[in-house]
Amino acid sequence: MARAKPFAGSLAAIALLALPVAPATAGVQPLAVGTPAPPFQLPMLDGKGAPVSVAALRGKVVLINFWASWCGPCRKEMPVLEQLNRQYGKRGVVIVGVNVEPDRSAALEWLKETPVSFPVLSDADSHVSAAYHVEGMPNTVILDRKGNVRYVHRSYVPGTEDEYLDQVRQLIRE
Amino acid sequence: MGTPKRDPKAQRPQLGALYAAAAALVGTAAKAGVLPDDRVDLLYHSYSGGGVTINGTSLLARKKIGDHLSLVGNWYTDSVSGASIDVVTQASPYKEKRNQESLGVDLLLGKTTYSVGYINGSEPDFRSRTAYASVSEDMFGDLTTLTFGASRGWDKVGERGAPTFKADADRRNWSVGLTQVLTRNLLTGLNFETTESEGYLQNPYRQVRYSSNDPRGYSYEKEAYPHTRTGNALSGHAKYYLRWRAALDGSYRYYRDTWGIVAHTAELGYTLPAFHHWIFDAHARYYRQNQADFYADLFPYAGSQNFMARDRELAAFKELGLGFGASWEWRPRRHGFLQKGTVNLRYDNLRFKYDDFRDLRVQAPVGSEPLYTLKANVLQFYLSAWF
Amino acid sequence: MPRLRTVLLIAPLLGGLLAGCSPIEPWVKPYEREHLADPIMAFERDPVSGAYFEHVHESREGARGATGTVGGGCGCN
Repeated sequence: MARAKPFAGSLAAIALLALPVAPATAGVQPLAVGTPAPPFQLPMLDGKGAPVSVAALRGKVVLINFWASWCGPCRKEMPVLEQLNRQYGKRGVVIVGVNVEPDRSAALEWLKETPVSFPVLSDADSHVSAAYHVEGMPNTVILDRKGNVRYVHRSYVPGTEDEYLDQVRQLIRE
Repeated sequence: MGTPKRDPKAQRPQLGALYAAAAALVGTAAKAGVLPDDRVDLLYHSYSGGGVTINGTSLLARKKIGDHLSLVGNWYTDSVSGASIDVVTQASPYKEKRNQESLGVDLLLGKTTYSVGYINGSEPDFRSRTAYASVSEDMFGDLTTLTFGASRGWDKVGERGAPTFKADADRRNWSVGLTQVLTRNLLTGLNFETTESEGYLQNPYRQVRYSSNDPRGYSYEKEAYPHTRTGNALSGHAKYYLRWRAALDGSYRYYRDTWGIVAHTAELGYTLPAFHHWIFDAHARYYRQNQADFYADLFPYAGSQNFMARDRELAAFKELGLGFGASWEWRPRRHGFLQKGTVNLRYDNLRFKYDDFRDLRVQAPVGSEPLYTLKANVLQFYLSAWF
Repeated sequence: MPRLRTVLLIAPLLGGLLAGCSPIEPWVKPYEREHLADPIMAFERDPVSGAYFEHVHESREGARGATGTVGGGCGCN
């Protein structure tokens, strides 16, 4: 057998160094910050009440959270958003959940166990997710009072809620 | 007979295999962008076949520390009793215990997971230590996961009844793996691994037989293996999600090494959730290998070759395994400390058919004893809890 | 075989580097990964059992290696 050992060893070493350098989400067009948010109107997940349109929320700071019941970090984030809603719901901040599942039943069942007080909409055919260039789950987009995209979060890890607080407070003051 | 000899079958290769299993358990599997869930698993396992019973337990515990670190530990035991075919022809039955402990750390930074770990195994006359490291990264919108792994092992071989005997064997592994999401229902993977061993790779107890003037027609001498072995394995697998909520998976592996062994492994599996809390699995596995270059069931005379082996593991054989598993899941209503628990049972039946290893327990003219076949039952019962 | 081995070790490395410059748009979006995130779609659902079974095989067979990669999944971050 050819003595490829040292060669393979150095190859492995290069690989170990090179991997973190390669950007992980290559080739995906991100949602442009500073531009008006793509308009949409979606029905309520539970079918009760009128459909919600993002244009109607102008004048408030809007936090749109794309989530699914099958996504672990999404489920972990929900109580955090509920807490945020209770603190800032009356101070000009609107939180809107957008569920991306084509079949609503799993999400509705999960919400029965973990109810939230902010509206949850259903984007069953994913056209809004596509418009908002959702790149990871969960995906949170924060709009200012003029309806422009200001902050995009492509993931949730414990601690992201501190960023939400800072950004929302800053947008309220504008 | 003198001191009861150890079962050659149950020696070092077993621990080497344990190491590989531990590496699969804690280390070199691809993880990339998400840390694994916290969990505890307790397994009771039982193998019985070919006159041997091997029972034991395996405990796995995994816990996140902070947001970026995950620790995993495994404690594995084996208790061997009985006499395999090798022992019946050469020595007496025995009992033996084996232990293995391993500890691993996963560090998640962005979309890359770095893993390192250490595995320590011991039995009365064999010690094994392994260190491993791997890097795993998600890319292309998380559709692709690329993993590089490397490990280094140090084994010490001893011999019961010969306290001055001590030999070393070293192991080196490199692996590269790619997991690719092809469609919203299809997951595929490709894996390549090269294994190198060097040192004392044989067994101090096992023997080969050669034609002789002995009343039996043959005599024994110690086996002799090469001091190096390099093997390469390439495997592909795919898993497909079926419309009615079930999964179909298949895999194939090709293996070839410097000892002349070429092996094919093909597997098929079906997973079906049913009755709200249950998940059923069916599994079939076919394995086929040819013999090592220096293997023979009967050598023509003593010392006929530099390297000689009569180890079943290096013989030509076909193996078919059929298995069935049932899993019951429980989720507590209140989201408290425990997130999910499962009770699992799995049964597998293995059949080995050797092409050139003969059953010497049967009286027959030398060289035409019946070819050996082995049937084994493997039972696994385990509890899992997620936190 | 040595040449094949070299190719197989280099190719993924290049793939890793190229990932940074590729214009490929992911064709399965994160919000379409419901089936892939299902626990039954995991390559290795119970590592404790898989590891034990791998041990059962490796101690009786000549082949070793290339048995486990776990990846894919939900794309959740």
